[in-house]
Amino acid sequence: MIVGESRTKHSLWVLFFLLPASAGLILFTVLPIVSSFILSLFSWDLLGIPEFVLLENFKRLSGDQKFWKSLVHTLSFVGGYIPAVLVTGLLTALLMNSKIKGRGAFRTAFFIPVVTSWIAVALLWTWLFNPKFGLINYILALVGINGPAWLYDPKWAMTAVIITSVWKDTGYVMMLFLAGLQDIPASLLEAASIDGASGIKRFTAVTLPLLSPTTFFILVISLINSFQVFDQVWVMTGGGPSGATSVLVEQIYKNAFRYNNMGYASAISLILFLIILIITVLQSRVQKLWVHYV
Amino acid sequence: MKKFTVVWILFLCITALLSAKGQQGKEVSSESQKTEITYFTFSAAPDHLDHLQEMISAFTQMNKDTEINVETAGWDDYFNKLQVNIAGGIAPDVFELNYENFVTYASKGTLYDMSSLAASDSSFSEDVFYPRSYNAFQYKGVQYGLPETFSTVVLYYNKDLFDAAGLDYPEESWTWDDAIAAAKKIRDPENDVWGLYTGIQFWEFYKKIAQNGGSVYDQNGNVVIDSRENVEALQTMLDIQNKHGIMPTDAELAGVSDGDLFVSGKLGMLVSGIWMFSAFGEAEFDWDIEVEPGMSTKATHFFANALAMSSKTESPEASWEWVKFFTSSDESAQMRIRTGWELPTIQNQDAVAAYLTAGSPANRQAVFNSLKYSIVPPVIEKQNELQDGIGQYLSEAKYGSMTAEEALKMCRELLEDLK
Repeated sequence: MIVGESRTKHSLWVLFFLLPASAGLILFTVLPIVSSFILSLFSWDLLGIPEFVLLENFKRLSGDQKFWKSLVHTLSFVGGYIPAVLVTGLLTALLMNSKIKGRGAFRTAFFIPVVTSWIAVALLWTWLFNPKFGLINYILALVGINGPAWLYDPKWAMTAVIITSVWKDTGYVMMLFLAGLQDIPASLLEAASIDGASGIKRFTAVTLPLLSPTTFFILVISLINSFQVFDQVWVMTGGGPSGATSVLVEQIYKNAFRYNNMGYASAISLILFLIILIITVLQSRVQKLWVHYV
Repeated sequence: MKKFTVVWILFLCITALLSAKGQQGKEVSSESQKTEITYFTFSAAPDHLDHLQEMISAFTQMNKDTEINVETAGWDDYFNKLQVNIAGGIAPDVFELNYENFVTYASKGTLYDMSSLAASDSSFSEDVFYPRSYNAFQYKGVQYGLPETFSTVVLYYNKDLFDAAGLDYPEESWTWDDAIAAAKKIRDPENDVWGLYTGIQFWEFYKKIAQNGGSVYDQNGNVVIDSRENVEALQTMLDIQNKHGIMPTDAELAGVSDGDLFVSGKLGMLVSGIWMFSAFGEAEFDWDIEVEPGMSTKATHFFANALAMSSKTESPEASWEWVKFFTSSDESAQMRIRTGWELPTIQNQDAVAAYLTAGSPANRQAVFNSLKYSIVPPVIEKQNELQDGIGQYLSEAKYGSMTAEEALKMCRELLEDLK
């Protein structure tokens, strides 16, 4: 136990060692968050002096078609991406958990897209989706399908962005599921098969429920990330064609750095923050209904 | 404890190094007594950095006590960086501005008043500039920038494709009807040859409506973007792609730029800027240029860049000397002609004569003929929002989710909001 002078000294040491990490956090995360909240009540074009406008930015938001459209597009991205990445992630995890040859190599291969930069991945898929020279439409043509123009077709562009994102993140979800699968006690599965449960029954009655903490974690993380979708959209379509992939963060970026509406951009980020906050809180409430801890 | 000592020593070393570095910088500048100015540019990198350095050495030879630090950024990042630097109080002394962004910066009081500098400088005369480009950089009667370069947009045409189709070459008097008729004859779907490319976007739009006698704002500043003339002009633009089938859609281009399509010999006519001359130099066919076709009248682009100074500059005299030298000296004009780094804005007959004979295309006179009809885009404080907003509705019309009339009605609402 530390007492008296040595205790004060001890906490000083603690503070000292915390300084490098916390200085960065305060300077580059906490301060920007706080200033963005404050800025959402101002009108500021970066060049002049900020002007206090109270809730004017939020009033403007409510009637801004571009904002509502970008919200709908973001939701459609989330709605397409989340189920798809959960399914592909789980399937690859199950595959990689079984005893197949070259398992290590496959696991690595699936994980490579996760550590590849978004720019590289987005450019690669832009080529794959190219309606004239791309591999995807070439393969579709081989089986007699006349592929869409993907990134140049307002109806298909978001699908292309979702496919790319699922491909990139499958490895990450796979890794988490894999860890979850390995945590399931073999004795439980054995007990189930002794009781005469079939493979499918074992999966739905033992594996899936016991994976639910992992699933919950993945769901929370992926939802937070997918609401902030931006990099892939910016590189692949720039929000086009004809605004079909315009998403919330893209609107924030454009308003802040292209239109110099810092206050308005801050207001949109605040809304995005609230959406994510509400969904995350809801999720942790609802989890009691479906998440089972061993 | 031992570990901690090591960390502590490291920390001290780094601090010592950092402070030494800081002091070093200070010493140098106090020793040399030179005035340092910063010049921020988007047009120099990456192709013309050597030419800029050449101009800087010519300048510093005459102004030995001035030192110029160059900072560059690509076009896409330039204005972000400039805004942040101005907001952060570290604005460059001299920087480039294009005409479209000029008003935004001038109206915010971020630019140095050059009228008084110009009036008190006996070695300066505004007569060296083309009046049109000089006057473009005035805001509320005050000169806030000196024009540096200008460029325009012309009609490029592939002579071989015209010959093969048995057509006469385009002429200055052509209208879009002539061009469309020729393009239909050139169009050859089997060989993937297209007739004509002229983008459906903001920059082409404000020019084409002017060709039809329309405008975005009337003389009193009222929004008239959805006028009958404008709907007609936009319909002509849309028909070229969607009705006549002589121009590829975005999907048919599949990421190939219009310029690359032209260079590959698969395009009869292209409306594009004179900055493409050097890129088209590698084409393996005969090509030339002509003044862009018109409708009821003619209208062509006028793009201009200027050098402006920060209102917060600590060395206005030295900055002014550099602005003057880089925009209006004969050395700088000749360098631009020689290196093909856009067109100088000074009325130097020798330089013009050299330009006309500097190589392909043959009909360089068309560049100057185009200037007879030149117009400038509508410019407001919220310029990027205007451009993106109109661009969005034009693309709705292009993709067929709105008619020309509906799109322009939406543009009208947008512009009234932006007022």
